[in-house]
Amino acid sequence: MQYKSQAVAKPYFIAAIALFVGQILFGLIMGLQYLIGDFLFPLIPFNVARMVHTNLLIVWLLFGFMGAAYYLIPEESERELHSPKLAMLMFWVFLVAGALTIVGYLAVPYASLAHLTGNDLLETMGREFLEQPLPTKVGIVIVALVFLFNISMTVLKGRKTSISLVMLAGLWGLAIFFLFSFYNPSNLVKDKFYWWWVVHLWVEGVWELILGAMLAFVLIKVTGVDREVIEKWLYSIIAMSLITGIIGTGHHYFWIGAPEYWQWWGSVFSALEPIPFFMMTVFAFNMVNRRRRDHPNRAAVLWALGTGVMAFLGAGVWGFLHTLSPVNYYTHGTQITAAHGHMAFYGAYAMVVMTIISYTMPLMHGRQANSNRAQVVEMWSFWMMTVSMVFITLFLTAAGVLQVWLQRVATSPLSFMATQDQIAIFYWLRLASGVVFTLGLGLYIFSFFVGGDKAESASQA
Amino acid sequence: MSSSFTKSTARNIFYGGSVFFFLLFLGLTFDTMNTLPKRDNSANLTESAIRGKKIWETRNCIGCHTLLGEGAYFAPELGNVYKRRGPEFIKAWMAAQPTGAPGRRQMPQFNLNEKEMNDLVEFLKYSSEINTNNWPPNIEG
Repeated sequence: MQYKSQAVAKPYFIAAIALFVGQILFGLIMGLQYLIGDFLFPLIPFNVARMVHTNLLIVWLLFGFMGAAYYLIPEESERELHSPKLAMLMFWVFLVAGALTIVGYLAVPYASLAHLTGNDLLETMGREFLEQPLPTKVGIVIVALVFLFNISMTVLKGRKTSISLVMLAGLWGLAIFFLFSFYNPSNLVKDKFYWWWVVHLWVEGVWELILGAMLAFVLIKVTGVDREVIEKWLYSIIAMSLITGIIGTGHHYFWIGAPEYWQWWGSVFSALEPIPFFMMTVFAFNMVNRRRRDHPNRAAVLWALGTGVMAFLGAGVWGFLHTLSPVNYYTHGTQITAAHGHMAFYGAYAMVVMTIISYTMPLMHGRQANSNRAQVVEMWSFWMMTVSMVFITLFLTAAGVLQVWLQRVATSPLSFMATQDQIAIFYWLRLASGVVFTLGLGLYIFSFFVGGDKAESASQA
Repeated sequence: MSSSFTKSTARNIFYGGSVFFFLLFLGLTFDTMNTLPKRDNSANLTESAIRGKKIWETRNCIGCHTLLGEGAYFAPELGNVYKRRGPEFIKAWMAAQPTGAPGRRQMPQFNLNEKEMNDLVEFLKYSSEINTNNWPPNIEG
C-alpha cells in the first residue's frame, strides 16, 4: 500500500463480506422454501427472502466496487484520496441505510413499508431488484454522487491512467443508469423497457468496465506485465462489451410487448456477448503466463484466473445458451434463467470483488501476502465455492430443461405447480450444493484469521 | 496482439463503438416508443388498471411470480392468468390464501377490499392483452 488513504477500502471490504454472508443465508432459506413450501411462513415469506437475497447481493457488490475504487484510484493517480473523511462518512451512511432497508423488508409488510416511506409521492417500489423504498433510492444516489466526486477529484488532480479512467467511466455509468429506477410509467411495457436500462445496462454494460478495470489493476500488480499491454487488452475487452452489450439489451425485449425486430437485434448482438468474456479469460491466462515475477500472493492470482473462467462460463456460455429468440421463447422465465443468473453474478462480479480483496487485504495489513497456511485455506474456499456454484448451476439447468419440457413442450402440458413437484429432486441437489457453498464461504472468512509463519509474510514490497 | 494494433487503436474502438451503438440503441428506442401504441394495449390502460398496477407493486407480487416472464420463479406466470383462470377464480383464490396445506408453498393473505381486488384483476386483464409475440408457448405460462 503506497498511500495512507487507500486504507479506507478496508471497512468497505469487511462490510461487503458480512453482507455476502447474509445474502447466502437467505439463499439457503429460499432453497429450502422451494422444497418445504411453508418453511418460515408467514414469518419470512419467499418474496421477502428473495428481496433480501438479491438486494444484499447488489449492495455487497457495490461496497466491493467502492472499496476497490478507494484502493486503486489513489495508487493509479499517485496521490492521496481527495477526502478520506468523506469516504468514511459515506461508508456509514450507506451501511446504515442498507441495514435499515433490510430491517424494513423483514419487520413490516411490504405494502406498509411502501406507505410509510413515501411510495405514494413517487411510485418506484415493487419492481424486481428495485424494491428499495424511495429514501433508500435517494440515499443510493447521494452516496454515489459523493463517492464519485471524491474519486473524480482524486483522478483529476493526479496521474490519469487508462485503468482509472475506465473505472471512473464504469462507476459514472452505474450512477447515471440507476436514475432510471425513478422512472416507473403505468404502461407496463414502457415500465419493463426502461427497467432494463438499469438492470441490463448495469450488469451487461457499465459493470463490465468496472470488472475489467479491477482485473487489469490486479493483473498488473501480480504479473508485472507491461502496463501498455494490459491496458490495450482492457480497452479491447470493454470495447467488445459495449459494442455487443448495448444492443444486446434487445434479448430482454422479445416477449414484453416491444416490436418483433428486437428478436433479430437482440439475438444477433447478444450472441456476440460471450466474446468480451472469452477475451477476459484469454487475457487473464496470457498475462499470468507472461508474468515477469512470481507474486507471493498466489491466492489472488487464483481468484483473478477464476474470475476470467467463471465469468466466461456463467455470463458468456450460460447466457448464450438461452439468448437466441427461438430458444428463449421456451426458456424465458424458467429455472434456466435462474441458473444463468447464479453463475454469472458469482463468476463475474462476486469473484472479481474477492480477487481485489484477496490482493489488497494483506497489503493493508502491511504484508505483501498472507502466510502460506492462510493462502491454502483461502484457495480451498475458492474451490469449494466455485465448484459448488458450478453444481448449483448444473442442477438448476437440469431443473429448467425439465420444466420447459413438462410445462411448455409436452403434448399434455402440466401446470406450473405440478411441474415443480416433478423437478423437486434437482432442487434438493441444488440445496445440498448451496450448503457446500456456505461451508466454503465460512472457510473463506476463517482464512482471514489464519496466522502463520512470520517469515513468509514479511514485506517484500 | 500484434504491434500494429496499439493501445490508442483499442481506445478509439472503445469510444467510437460505444458512442455508435448507444446512438443506434437510442434510435431503436425512439422507433419502439412510436410503434408501442399498436402493441402495448395502452388503450385499455384504465384508471382502475393503473391502480391495480400499484397494488401489484406494493404487494411485491414479482417476488414470487413472473409477469411476462420476468420476476421470481417460485409461483406461476401471471401475465396470462386472466386468460388461464378468469376473474372470479383469481378473486376466490386470493381470498382463500394462505391455504395452510402442510409443506406446500404459501401465498400471503393481502386483505384487499373489493375495489382493490377489482383493480388488480383489471391490471391482470390489461397485461394479458399486451402483444407479446405469442409468448408464453401455452396457457400454462
